[in-house]
Amino acid sequence: MMTNHNGIVTQGQFSFLPPLTDVQITAQLKYALKHGWAIGIEYTDDPHPRNTYWEMFGNPMFDLKDPAGILLEINNCRKTFPHHYIRVVASSAVRGVESPTMSYIVNRPKKEPGFGVVRQESDGRNIRYTIHSYATDKPEGERY
Amino acid sequence: MSKNVTIKEGKERYQAGVLPYKKMGYWQPDYVPKDTDILSLFRLTPQAGLDPEEIAAAVAGESSTATWTVVWTDRLTACELYRAKAYKCELVPNTGPGTKTEAQYFAYIAHDMDLFEPGSIANLTASIIGNVFGMKAVKALRLEDMRIPVAYLKTFQGPATGVIVERERMDKFGRPFLGATTKPKLGLSGRNYGRVVYEALKGGLDFVKDDENINSQPFMHWRDRFLYCMEAVNKASAATGEVKGHYLNVTAGTMEEMYKRAEFAKSLGSIIIMIDLVIGYTAIQSMAVWARQHDMILHLHRAGNSTYSRQKNHGMNFRVISKWMRMAGVDHIHAGTVVGKLEGDPLMIRGFYDTLLDIHTPVQLEKGLFFEQDWASMNKCLPVASGGIHAGQMHQLLTYLGDDVVLQFGGGTIGHPQGIQAGAVANRVALEAMVLARNEGRDIWNEGPQILLDAAKWCGPLRAAIDTWKDISFNYESTDTGDFVPVATGSN
Repeated sequence: MMTNHNGIVTQGQFSFLPPLTDVQITAQLKYALKHGWAIGIEYTDDPHPRNTYWEMFGNPMFDLKDPAGILLEINNCRKTFPHHYIRVVASSAVRGVESPTMSYIVNRPKKEPGFGVVRQESDGRNIRYTIHSYATDKPEGERY
Repeated sequence: MSKNVTIKEGKERYQAGVLPYKKMGYWQPDYVPKDTDILSLFRLTPQAGLDPEEIAAAVAGESSTATWTVVWTDRLTACELYRAKAYKCELVPNTGPGTKTEAQYFAYIAHDMDLFEPGSIANLTASIIGNVFGMKAVKALRLEDMRIPVAYLKTFQGPATGVIVERERMDKFGRPFLGATTKPKLGLSGRNYGRVVYEALKGGLDFVKDDENINSQPFMHWRDRFLYCMEAVNKASAATGEVKGHYLNVTAGTMEEMYKRAEFAKSLGSIIIMIDLVIGYTAIQSMAVWARQHDMILHLHRAGNSTYSRQKNHGMNFRVISKWMRMAGVDHIHAGTVVGKLEGDPLMIRGFYDTLLDIHTPVQLEKGLFFEQDWASMNKCLPVASGGIHAGQMHQLLTYLGDDVVLQFGGGTIGHPQGIQAGAVANRVALEAMVLARNEGRDIWNEGPQILLDAAKWCGPLRAAIDTWKDISFNYESTDTGDFVPVATGSN
């Protein structure tokens, strides 16, 4: 088990808060839509901090402006991957940003074994560090 | 002939002797600045009885081609082009007769771009803040703002990483970054120092930071610090599943030594290094080039700036330093907290933040932005708010400073009654609760304290933080205030 304050992976904007309700998620979706950001849903069973490319649950929803419709997709993703990490990512196409502007986790496995540090002793006192996810010792789709 | 009129080029102009600067061509009220000119705004306090326009002309002259007497060798050059031109000089509001402050003047000066070497802050500043600050005729002088033309801006690298790429590398979006400075600043051994770093990062901060004066002292050799800090960073990253970093201060006595330390930081896998403003403009630019070559984020601590930026009548405004540092290529710069222990008027601080972050800044006199500035796609530099801030001010910090900032709670993390991890938890919970509420459309300025109290019901560390620091604020008058008050536009 992870030993940080909440015992969970704390990526994203809201991992230190109690899990967001659908009402709270809808409010965040409205905030993104108000700014004209496209919302995408991504899932993974490899939560390594440098795993940038989570799988996309479809393309970002550039043309969907109804938060209820987006919430429906989030819940579809939760049904399809109930034991995966799922995050909502908002992206801005505005010049000077053109990058994600929000990212928060809306689903996570019940048990999060976390990561170990692999230390490779090197020359002198140098150590090369590898952060290793316990879950990824198993093949994709069989991890949580 | 009036003494205000420039003497035309020719024999009369170049007779040996002394001419007023105004007559030598450095005062040109009809001059229309070119898009490619570098524009500067100075606040002049002339010695009693002197003509402010003559002083403005003297500043233009001494920061470009002039010396105290006429020289015939001017006639070998396109001297009219190379002369800087003072083109406007006006009384500063609320100064002069009938006020508490002696008369000050805003002098606008245009320099042709060809007066400066491309890509060199050192060369730019040698003219603009060179001889002129010591001239006897000025009692005090302050550089308030500059407009850097796009063509000249494009000769600078700009921030090695930039805010957008830093967020992508760190995987942190839609909220301010959280940091802390290791305390005590001086005296910890490497092993004990790394302990603070580990606890703060595991608790929930994104960054921990060396302080400006921690380099390589008898109590802790720099290599020890780097080794123990990287152990702490990696262990905390594994404990949370997040990308984290510690600003390793590579400031040293020589460039060779700084490069050596930076290389070592890189070899250990650090994502960020740090330098101090006191290393000088050229050293900063060199480290920015190194940082870009090595995928390194470059943090700048503004050590020393208040010696020349704080007093309103002399030195230079911090917005000019902000501008130069964005050009010089740093990714982070300390730029004020508004509510903390260090100097800062809210609108002035917002002006610094806009200067660091915007892709275009319009003239906004109430923020002290005197010129329109097109940033020509130059990367954004992340402002850092550090000094005397704590979780109980989160609603104020988020309102004043926005998302693109590193909020650094040093004492506010390490001084937490339940320990460093708890201090970090309190800060992170306060931040996330406030961002959530703001995004939901709540009025965090007024509801902020209640939002924090509500979160404190389920978060003991936040409860303890609020109880400890609830009465702490730093309400002192700012010295660096605006000259113009915001006014409603006519259409409203």
